[in-house]
Amino acid sequence: MTASQLFLVDSTIGQTLPVFEYDVTATTVVLGAMASRDWRPMHHDKDFAQHRNGTRDIFINTPNQAAWFERYLTDWTGPKGRLGRVKFTMKGSVFPGDTMHLEGTVTDVIDGDDGCGWVELTVVLTVDGELKTSAAARIALPKTENDNPWLLRGDAWRP
Amino acid sequence: MSDFTPLPPLVTDLLAEHKGDTLATATALLDVEQYRSVGEFPVEQGYIWTSLASVENGNPLFWDPELAQELAGGVIAPPSMISVWFRPHSWAPGREQEALPLQVHFDLKALFQLPEAIMTDNTIIFHEPVRLGDVLSTFQRLISISEVKTTKLGTGRFWVIEVVYENQHGDLVGSESYTGFGYKREA
Repeated sequence: MTASQLFLVDSTIGQTLPVFEYDVTATTVVLGAMASRDWRPMHHDKDFAQHRNGTRDIFINTPNQAAWFERYLTDWTGPKGRLGRVKFTMKGSVFPGDTMHLEGTVTDVIDGDDGCGWVELTVVLTVDGELKTSAAARIALPKTENDNPWLLRGDAWRP
Repeated sequence: MSDFTPLPPLVTDLLAEHKGDTLATATALLDVEQYRSVGEFPVEQGYIWTSLASVENGNPLFWDPELAQELAGGVIAPPSMISVWFRPHSWAPGREQEALPLQVHFDLKALFQLPEAIMTDNTIIFHEPVRLGDVLSTFQRLISISEVKTTKLGTGRFWVIEVVYENQHGDLVGSESYTGFGYKREA
């Protein structure tokens, strides 16, 4: 299996990532909740979500949002991209019928030791232009073909 | 059925010590390591694939065992799955009450009698990769608790909880902090 790989030299401050869009269904929400072992009813029971949480429908849970953001970032970096840190700020929920729109921008590129550097990004998830979740991410990239961030351990790994 | 889970002995004892003062009780819980536990099951391939499928993640690192061996020394789980490995089964033989992940969050809801809650912020820091067969252990601690706040959802308190994850070798595999808002909806 082959996959394209991004290197540190390929990223620049201000660079934008390809936009990603996805039409959310009830299945998306429920599958995501079950995949993250989240049995809380607001992620699968519309009546509970409406009458207990006061939301319009069931909504995507936090761990599954993390999985969507990881997928978005590593679609861009390729398999040697190794996530170091992600901070999510949730402003609103994502419901069935929404189209998720993800956009990322590189905010910093940091040369590092041990054959890897770091790219810092902001990623925003919007629905119809309304901000739902923003994320600040830090991800390690190889500097050359021979480098591999996944091999960094202990003090050499500085997420 | 109550909206709240029973308070654990640690919290009921502190509540008695502080003569029913809920804020003083929560303050006494700051930085206290709680709920150290070992995952109910080892990191397994099926859940990795289910998670990948739920977001249509085709990263070959997680689908191609040869590539996983070459890059990571074996099959690893997507880092974002870190909290999955300590979330309890929805049922288990002999369990008498619902087991909830992030129990400190539910204790705070019960302590302050706030029936609803959402998470507003979540920071995850990833360390040693999580590998097939790993059994993770975890503990939680309360980092901060706010004064009473009113938002568009209702009136309640914000709190920050840290969750630390280690593998069976004692290696740190990650940590998370969650900001929750427990609240009562406006009448």
